[in-house]
Amino acid sequence: MTQGAGPAGRCPPGGALPLVPTHRPTDLPKGRTVTLTAPAGTAAPPTPPPDEAARPSAARRVWATVSPYAYIAPFFTLFAAFGLFPLVYTAFVSLYRVELQTPGDMEWRGLGNYTALFADEFFWTSLRNTFTIGVLSTVPQLVMALGLAHLLNYKLRGRTFFRTAMLLPYATSVAAATLVFAQLFGHDFGLVNYVLGLVGIGPVDWQTGTVASQVAVSTIVVWRWTGYNALIYLAGMQSIPSELYEAAEMDGASRWRQFLHVTLPGLRPTIVFTVVVSTIGATQLFGEPLLYEGSVSGGISHQYQTLGLYMYEQGWGFFHLGRAAAIAWVMFLLIVVLVGANALFARRRSRKEAGR
Amino acid sequence: MTTRAGRTLHGGKVAYAILILAVLVSAFPFYWTIVAASRSNADLAQVPPSLLPGPNLIRNIEAVMEEADIGTALVNSLIVSGSITVGTVLCCTLAGFAFAKLRFRGRGALLAVTVGTMMIPPQLGVIPLFMVIAELSWVNQLQSVILPGLVSAFGVFFMRQFLVQALPDELIEAARVDGASTARIFWSIVVPIARPGMAVLGLLTFMAAWNDFFWPIVALSSQNPTVQVALRQLGGGYVHDQSVIMAGTLLGTLPVLLVFGLLGRQIVGGIMQGAVKG
Repeated sequence: MTQGAGPAGRCPPGGALPLVPTHRPTDLPKGRTVTLTAPAGTAAPPTPPPDEAARPSAARRVWATVSPYAYIAPFFTLFAAFGLFPLVYTAFVSLYRVELQTPGDMEWRGLGNYTALFADEFFWTSLRNTFTIGVLSTVPQLVMALGLAHLLNYKLRGRTFFRTAMLLPYATSVAAATLVFAQLFGHDFGLVNYVLGLVGIGPVDWQTGTVASQVAVSTIVVWRWTGYNALIYLAGMQSIPSELYEAAEMDGASRWRQFLHVTLPGLRPTIVFTVVVSTIGATQLFGEPLLYEGSVSGGISHQYQTLGLYMYEQGWGFFHLGRAAAIAWVMFLLIVVLVGANALFARRRSRKEAGR
Repeated sequence: MTTRAGRTLHGGKVAYAILILAVLVSAFPFYWTIVAASRSNADLAQVPPSLLPGPNLIRNIEAVMEEADIGTALVNSLIVSGSITVGTVLCCTLAGFAFAKLRFRGRGALLAVTVGTMMIPPQLGVIPLFMVIAELSWVNQLQSVILPGLVSAFGVFFMRQFLVQALPDELIEAARVDGASTARIFWSIVVPIARPGMAVLGLLTFMAAWNDFFWPIVALSSQNPTVQVALRQLGGGYVHDQSVIMAGTLLGTLPVLLVFGLLGRQIVGGIMQGAVKG
């Protein structure tokens, strides 16, 4: 389980795919693909009872009320054991001293793990790095994805080819992608520095430079996820009704203005969705900084160590599982805050727009 | 003249140029992997670098087989990803069917919990999970990766959405009237209809399981690695020959690329479909 890496929690399709662009802009007629949102109740219309003539026996009726639970039981058993329980128990573990070699021995520590955490300068470094790498990877990724989706939405020869080719990086593992990029970014013999050298730049120190190393790590994330997000945007664009474009055209709106005033508002739920997913992915970024140079410290002076990597270092490098659990819990709170802020911002925007 | 998908593009050349550039950027690292894996370490330390494949591929593959046990890793990854895929698709189809078409107490709440946890990265539960498998002495055994891998809230939601649309209520009613049990209905009506959704979920699950990183490197070690664990070991600095590392990367990526090459179109479809339905 765990970690699809970049944007996308684990079942990469996992958390990633189709979460819920829940609200559709009210100013748009619904696209032909009706959005199915999750909330209860909206499911299937109630099944009418079976024909009276074929009255089922009492045993059978009991089975009919019980059997649905048999269908969800396999999933929920696994879910409770390997999904929900660990998540909740993390908070509990974070209040104890637990060492990797003897995970059975737990010693009460109260908030000690947290105070130790906040006193550690490398915690703050990794928090800062997570933020800057998050911005460096998420923003270019989503902007480029939007542009590519716009182009993919045109009538094109070989469009299946373009779509598939762009998803290729998504099929690679974090580990494989990082090992290749680590080589491309090599200081003396890396291809990137060679090409930069041709135009008179460099050589850039992609390993020890703080900004440079963070750019390099972010590049891996951008490479892996841009195509994926482009397809998500493309799907959103295709559900924007063509009449809106026709109307805009009739009003003499230029193509650029159509993009600004039809495409972007129509995509808002999709954009919110991708921002949330990428934010969650960025918060737990782990494999890229770990394998970029292969060390748990994220560079000589921790210059690109992220929170995810810091957690791994504490837990499996220094054997402090309790401390690692505290970091996990901090990451969880961070995600809650970021996603909440995002939702709030999105709602404020759409209300403002509606009020105009 | 604007129709949705058929908007004709002025300046089409620019659009094609940008798209082709994007494809090249997407594909280049793969090409580079092949180049680097088929050369020698000395070749890679040359200026200007060589951009064409060399003759050393077989030698490098033999070396990486020896140094990182990629052979075992490939077999293990196949077992792990295969089991996770079959198990996940089965569990999710069962639960998805119940959530889509059966009525029972607590359905709404349970579905809400499932969907809610899709947003929470399971990476955050890794520590207790590790304590559990340590308690069970499962460290370094494949079931420690397989069992947690079966939990896919996304999959349940995906199958539910698929079945809500694809499976008409009348069909179930008709079967009920004919006296079919729910189990019978599931196997002879639901599964055949759910097959396209199951296929897409299976593909996505397989790729995700193959590429999963954090949990396998925690739960397994180089004694019994999956591909990603072996790659982590290769990148851990104890193999210094870059061309050997790249040979390992190539071998570890090839199986997913194969799946992607054969079924890429379905994967693209699945992702786009998922995005709209969500």
